[in-house]
Amino acid sequence: MQLSREDLLEAYRRMRLIREFEDRVHEEFSAGNIPGFVHLYAGEEASAVGVCLHLDDRDRIASTHRGHGHCIAKGCDPRAMMLEIFGKREGLCGGKGGSMHIADLEKGMMGANGIVGGGPPLVCGAALAAKTLGTGGVAVAFVGDGGSNQGTTLESYNLAKVWNLPAIFVIEDNGYAETTASSWSVGGSQTGRAAGFGMPGVEVDGFDFFAVWEAAREAVERARAGDGPSLLHVRLSRYYGHFEGDACTYRAADEVERIKAEKDPLMLFRRRVREAGLLEDSDLDAIDREARERIARTVDDAKGAAYPTEADLLTDVYASY
Amino acid sequence: MPKKSFREAVNEALRQEMERDPTVILMGEDVAGGMGAPGEDDAWGGPLGVTKGLMPRFGRERVLDTPISESAFVGAAVGAAATGLRPVAELMFVDFMGVCFDQIFNQAAKFRYMFGGKATTPLVVRTMYGAGFRAASQHSQCLYNIFTHIPGLKVAIPSNAYEAKGLLIQAIRDDDPVMFFEHKAMYDEEAEVPDEPYTIPFGEANVAREGEDVTVVALGRMVNFANEAADRLEGEGISCTVVDLRTTSPLDRETVLETAEETGRVVVVDEAHPRCSMAADIAALIAQEAFDALRAPVRMVTAPHAPVPFSPALEDLYIPGPDRIVEAVREVHGYGRG
Amino acid sequence: MSAAIEAVVMPKWGLAMQEGMLAAWLVEEGETIAKGQEIAEIETSKIANVFESPAAGLLRRRVAAAGETLPVGALLAVLAPESVSEAEIDRFVADFRERFAAALASGATEAAPEPRTVEAGGRRIRYLEVGAGEGPPVVFVHGFGGDLSSWTLNQEALAAAHRTLALDLPGHGGSDKALATGSLEELAAAVAAFLEALAIPRAHLVGHSLGGAVAMRLALDRPAAVASLTLVAPAGFGAEIESGYLEGFLREKRARKLRPVLEMLVRDPAGISREMVEEVLRYKRLDGVPEALSRIVEACFAGGRQRIDLRPRIGELPMPVQLLWGREDRILPVRHAEGLPETVTVTILEDCGHLAHMEKAAECNAAIARILTRA
Repeated sequence: MQLSREDLLEAYRRMRLIREFEDRVHEEFSAGNIPGFVHLYAGEEASAVGVCLHLDDRDRIASTHRGHGHCIAKGCDPRAMMLEIFGKREGLCGGKGGSMHIADLEKGMMGANGIVGGGPPLVCGAALAAKTLGTGGVAVAFVGDGGSNQGTTLESYNLAKVWNLPAIFVIEDNGYAETTASSWSVGGSQTGRAAGFGMPGVEVDGFDFFAVWEAAREAVERARAGDGPSLLHVRLSRYYGHFEGDACTYRAADEVERIKAEKDPLMLFRRRVREAGLLEDSDLDAIDREARERIARTVDDAKGAAYPTEADLLTDVYASY
Repeated sequence: MPKKSFREAVNEALRQEMERDPTVILMGEDVAGGMGAPGEDDAWGGPLGVTKGLMPRFGRERVLDTPISESAFVGAAVGAAATGLRPVAELMFVDFMGVCFDQIFNQAAKFRYMFGGKATTPLVVRTMYGAGFRAASQHSQCLYNIFTHIPGLKVAIPSNAYEAKGLLIQAIRDDDPVMFFEHKAMYDEEAEVPDEPYTIPFGEANVAREGEDVTVVALGRMVNFANEAADRLEGEGISCTVVDLRTTSPLDRETVLETAEETGRVVVVDEAHPRCSMAADIAALIAQEAFDALRAPVRMVTAPHAPVPFSPALEDLYIPGPDRIVEAVREVHGYGRG
Repeated sequence: MSAAIEAVVMPKWGLAMQEGMLAAWLVEEGETIAKGQEIAEIETSKIANVFESPAAGLLRRRVAAAGETLPVGALLAVLAPESVSEAEIDRFVADFRERFAAALASGATEAAPEPRTVEAGGRRIRYLEVGAGEGPPVVFVHGFGGDLSSWTLNQEALAAAHRTLALDLPGHGGSDKALATGSLEELAAAVAAFLEALAIPRAHLVGHSLGGAVAMRLALDRPAAVASLTLVAPAGFGAEIESGYLEGFLREKRARKLRPVLEMLVRDPAGISREMVEEVLRYKRLDGVPEALSRIVEACFAGGRQRIDLRPRIGELPMPVQLLWGREDRILPVRHAEGLPETVTVTILEDCGHLAHMEKAAECNAAIARILTRA
């Protein structure tokens, strides 16, 4: 299977939307316009998009506290997301979830998750539902390197294996669980852990969209064929702090700047498709422009939108009570 | 009307709902038993045989034995519930909530609210609770109060076989996550249970007995003890109303307050520890909303603020029984009568 | 001397009754009581009622206390002339209790007959059959929301000399709950199918309320199949119906709310036992029941008015027909029994509500027995 021109445009469009979205959220948060915690995905775009390009609406993903990129990659509406992050009534979750709980079940996005390691068991369930109902769907858990050390994650590897579930665990290793280096906190290796549970596991360069896309293709095909779960260990980097406001004093002084200069995933993508003669700079420039304008509009809309009211406080606690 | 045990009532509810709705599945440790083992299939049907016979009928695809891995399989039940199935997960003992609580209270309970009403999580977690089995501190607790505290969860605590079938079918058809509590000492107790499926709505307490002098509010196994106490007190000329809460979330405040106001004298019986318990919750409700009708302080009959002991000699002292209820009712009945 | 001592025991009111609760004594020790005098109130799982003394004599001792629940046949009181000594009564009571306990232990007491089911007209119909006899059997058809146990006080009495069957209409009791329309025609066809399934070519029909209308509809459709018709407070004889009852019956889910609704059925509210309320609640919780009841209301009583009108056709019926109606019926007014052709025997029961066959069981049973001999 090859990426068509349309696929390439779409891949770049989604990565650029994520980058633009996160950069704007960063600005707006710094300006004091966004309440609460936000954890930004900028720098990790190739992972979400490289995986989600293989998925459709019958497939499900569960995300992490750093979930905006997964949402956009899985097809959530950036405008409704932005309104949600601003805490507005017309937000994707009515302003009740916020950045850490954005979900759109119709799009197969089972939620960002405020609990580290919360997603993998849910993904086992979504994979079980797909298997039981015979939808042909797969389920993907995005997990950080921090979440990879949670018992829930390791238990989920086991359950997915013994139930032979169409599940994929994508460990997004950005090098830091909050301030703690993954090189210190992870015993053994991610792929070694996969092997320990009898499931295929590969290490992937998360700056390289094409590497992620290729590894995910194999894992998704395996899951759809009924051959059980897989693990991808995606090495990548986050450009901002653990959360907005994190001064990142635990990182090397020039670390982020160096990565941006040497292997930014959007830059690498652009270079690769241009060199291969697959897309023109003008195609990509147009996408950049379009993304900038679109996200600017979502921010304007979010600022102008109404907050929920007292009437909304006690709705949606139960389906019926 | 056929008599059935609590165990049979639960089994029948599960069977009938699985027949009615192909999206209903069961999962849990040894719910069938013998998975991958060389001997008998359906070896256990759950540790006390409650789900026996369901796997041969519905297959391993719908009756799933799990590894001993509560975080994963309870979480999987939550995820499956959010994506099109109606799973009934068995948490063997509620004491094991410690290793899967996140999946229940941070995930299942909050999806609907956090996701702006767009998630539906029709999950049932069946679990065994209660003392009396010489099972000691980690296999004997009640803990329903902890789940009752969490918005987004519903909590059902049937007091007999009839209630168990109707409340469980309701739980399975309900679109919200439901914690379903089965007292391990009640599985062999029989009651008249219709063969047909039926539902008992949540949030409607059952006035199990109507009297004039004292209102006894109870739940689960304590309803039986309250009725036993009321029988004995009848002989002394004290007539009791016994209210079976049925569900602690939603709570039938109306019936609690109405029956409390009728007698003005209330005893609340709860097998859990007293602090932050259902007993305390009901007592507070009555104190706040029915103060003018009270003719005596509300008395709570509960287990002590101590773990459940192992030794039979101690456990028998620990469990609130009919004797203590009788004593409390007498005291409340006599209060202010000089 | 002991031959002069008579035992008054817990009566058996109907097939299902295994025990009763002595709610209250209405006579004192030392009173001379007449046969048929109301001496106590007894509550069964079905209905609370007054207990009429089966014998006359001097009430020497009330053995059972108010509030006690006792098995059928247990000693309630002792009648004996003044000449019998206290010691003799003590001995009588002790002997009686010993024999009764032994009889209970040996299981000598009769087991209640169990309902059965039959496939009829594509449905499972539950029925209870008791007794045997020559000629067409007696078939009982209950009213809206009832079931075969509605006839518990009637069936056994008539079963002494007749084959009797009480069925659950579709949507009720232990019969299948699905109804296509809930119309009178559908219900009557179901009863016809039931009779066919049991190869009963001809039957005496006894119907209460909606069941009365069902029985009459069947008699109009198949006159040859109906030997006689007893209609107890039947629907179909006027437009009025207590809509508050129908609405409340459908709506209320709690015992405390349902009780006042059910109390409309009878003249004396104490007649509605706690168990009866509980039974109705349990019935309403069964899958399919709320839908079935709503369909019937929609088809037969939409807008709180009777949509079925059988009155103009009662004269067409060739078989003996009688109506029994409680004077104080609050559900269907007793004036619906007025103005009928002379061929129809009408009996108005005093101090009686809508559940005449329960409230005035003896009179109703006698009336049914009479029409059976006429047919």
